[in-house]
Amino acid sequence: MAGYLIGFLALAALVSAIAGALRAGGKRDMAAAPKAHSRPIYHGLNAAIWTGVPAFVFLLLWLLFQNGVIDALVLASYPGSDQLSGPQKDLLISEIRQVASGNIFREPTPEVNAAVEHLKSLQSLATWAMVALVAGIVALGAFFGFRVIEHRYRARHSVERSVTWFMMFSSLVAILTTAGIVASLVFEALQFFARVPVTEFLFGLRWEPQIAIRADQVAGQGAFGMIPVLFGTFVISALAMAVAVPVGILSAIYLTEYASQRFRAVVKPMLEILAGIPTIVYGFFAVLTVAPAIRSLGQSIGVDASPNSAMAAGGVMGVMLIPFISSLSDDAFAAVPRAMREGSYALGATKGETIRKVLLPAALPGIVGGVLLALSRAVGETMIVVMAAGLIAKMTLNPFESVTTVTVQIVTLLIGDSEFDNPKTLAAFALGLVLFLITLGLNLIALRTVRKYRERY
Amino acid sequence: MSAVSDSFTPSSPTGPVDWKSGAMAGRRKARYAADRRLQIYGMVAIAFALGFLATLIGTLTFTGYRAFTQTMATVEIDLSQAEIDRSDIMGANWRNIVRDALVAQLGEDLAPPQQRDYFGLFTSSAPFLVRDAVLRDPSLLDGPARFVIPMSDPLDQLAKGQVNTDLPENQRRVNDRQVEYFQQLEQQGLISRPFNWGLFFNADSRFPELAGLAGAISGSFWLLLVCFLISFPVGIAAAIYLEEFAPKNRLTDLIEININNLAAVPSVVFGLLGLAVFLGWFGLPRSAPLVGGMVLSLMTLPTIIIVTRAALPSVPSSIREAALGIGASKHEMIFHHVLPLAMPSILTGTIIGLAQALGETAPLLLIGMNAFITSPPAGVFEASTALPTQIYIWADSPERGFVARTSAAILVLLGFLVVMNAIAIFLRQRFERRW
Repeated sequence: MAGYLIGFLALAALVSAIAGALRAGGKRDMAAAPKAHSRPIYHGLNAAIWTGVPAFVFLLLWLLFQNGVIDALVLASYPGSDQLSGPQKDLLISEIRQVASGNIFREPTPEVNAAVEHLKSLQSLATWAMVALVAGIVALGAFFGFRVIEHRYRARHSVERSVTWFMMFSSLVAILTTAGIVASLVFEALQFFARVPVTEFLFGLRWEPQIAIRADQVAGQGAFGMIPVLFGTFVISALAMAVAVPVGILSAIYLTEYASQRFRAVVKPMLEILAGIPTIVYGFFAVLTVAPAIRSLGQSIGVDASPNSAMAAGGVMGVMLIPFISSLSDDAFAAVPRAMREGSYALGATKGETIRKVLLPAALPGIVGGVLLALSRAVGETMIVVMAAGLIAKMTLNPFESVTTVTVQIVTLLIGDSEFDNPKTLAAFALGLVLFLITLGLNLIALRTVRKYRERY
Repeated sequence: MSAVSDSFTPSSPTGPVDWKSGAMAGRRKARYAADRRLQIYGMVAIAFALGFLATLIGTLTFTGYRAFTQTMATVEIDLSQAEIDRSDIMGANWRNIVRDALVAQLGEDLAPPQQRDYFGLFTSSAPFLVRDAVLRDPSLLDGPARFVIPMSDPLDQLAKGQVNTDLPENQRRVNDRQVEYFQQLEQQGLISRPFNWGLFFNADSRFPELAGLAGAISGSFWLLLVCFLISFPVGIAAAIYLEEFAPKNRLTDLIEININNLAAVPSVVFGLLGLAVFLGWFGLPRSAPLVGGMVLSLMTLPTIIIVTRAALPSVPSSIREAALGIGASKHEMIFHHVLPLAMPSILTGTIIGLAQALGETAPLLLIGMNAFITSPPAGVFEASTALPTQIYIWADSPERGFVARTSAAILVLLGFLVVMNAIAIFLRQRFERRW
């Protein structure tokens, strides 16, 4: 229904744009004497904005609140609902909704049936009210939009003002997104900390979140200490960095300093392909090929490698980060002034000496910034570790063993059953908050390093 | 300069250096060797990266190409003899009808345990496939008709040479009797291996031989549509405002820092945002492409804003001044002249951003787009999967056949990415102007 309404709004706006433009054009011809302020198209656009935008905003708000209001009304009329707790209410509402949409798992009670009838009547009422109100607002808007059409009316100013408002709102979306991220993470994390003490979460050494959701489930007691998870994250990130940093910097050195123009033109885009491959593809590749290879490597040197070893996940992640480090190092080398390079050559240094002793130190802040950005990506990378790393939080530095990461835990905790009143689910948001803060910190440090370096030359 | 001092130690502090002495020649050699070593390290690094890329593509192609064909059995079924009420085709006992026809095809009587092995050759949905074919074309009821039925996954593997028949019988999923039946059917010329159109036109299924990407592809289409409809206008509007209109103050600085930072926030955090805000607070439907598209649009937005902000100033100021000079307002100057000229770069960036969004998996998992859904979604409110989440589901499935399907699905996803990037490169080279 909402989809049709949006279509209808677009059509109505189009019609009033054309009608408004025609009407303005006609009026100008008739009056002819004084010069009109705006061209007819602006009168049309103005009419279209009046017709479409208020109704569209209203429709969005209506859709946002409709379900909540209907649920509240249904619950209010349900006998004995004021004694129920919050989660019980959620359960009841979802049962009523299930029955209403025809998924009956057990014979509903008469009260539920009554509530279903109530829900259905409210829903059809809400739909009709929505259609009627939107139509009314369209009519009203169109009336105003057309009434102001007059040859001295400054339609262009009005349209441009609306456009400016839209642009201002759009640029606020970035802030709203960040605010939404912070608000949702903090809100859910606070709920988590109401159930699990902050100190246990921050300093606990055991992570066993698979607690019972229902009373009859067999599950662990639950322990929510994030240190082992964080430890695993840094083990895998360190492995990734051990692959990505040397390979990335060396390939950047070769491409900028040694390679011919043609070699560079061919190889650089091929390296960039590595950055464009979706991470789930890397994850599948890690499971399919790299992990078995590392297992047999471990066997050949007499180490018992786990099937989802940290090395498989970290190594593949490192390859994913190569183009990232390579292109940032490339930029850093390019930013070193020519004079420094040529001064070194003039003193008789070889190319290799110039690179190691002049270029690298001069480009170091830029490279460090790039490495930090890559590290923040490694910490936040999800799909490779979800597929290739383990689920059990272990404190081990052995790269052949399996460790888990923050992102793996977030995904596994939230796939499947997710009720918002459960420490298991809420723990994911607390981990998300930690992840957000770590990556934010790394990014800010990295950007600052890069900026400082830029000021030097 | 101290940087090269360790390779420059004069033989005597006062006298001239004897460049031709053996010690000097040796040192020169060592210095050039160090130079060559660095060069070789660089080549090894590039060879490693490209070798990995080649292995990745090679392995996926090697495991995935088999899923592009599917072993089929052509079975003749005479439905005119069967007890089918033409007014109630759905209600007929299709299971028995199809099973009798399958046994008749073999031309032997089979005892019940043998029957079970024999029916295991064909997909267990065979009765439904025949029924659906008849529903589409009731004239099939008039006489003997040929039906093409997919073979079950173990037999598909056998036909593709993936089952080692030298292994003891209990270590493989095809027993000797089934191999025998399969060879009989093959001798009758009933087995074929056509291109697997089902991979593109079937939705998901528990059975590898029937599972396809139709649901995932249409889900991804809706996702990208929503993502584009939100992020393209909003991104361009935000970029124009920040680049052309906004005063330089604290607020706009904050917005800029925000945009740069959003580009680096891990994707899984956007998934948490979608789960808590769009599903939890706004109550939007779970697994719906609408929600996924909204989350992805928030991730694509920084890309589009950054690209647009880079593209706008590259339009020469002579064009701006000419527009203003003949009486255009600032809005008219931007929307009639600057934006159209900057559009090729913006579109290129947008397509690249959408290509990234197409491959995103983690946020979609959190909002439940990894559900098992057996029909393609008809709109943005219906539960669906997307290409990357479908890959995730299949990668987690234990059946052998899904390994090949997963690789094939990845190849399809990479194919879409290649096409999108090719369009972006084409746009850049064909339309982008350098002033």
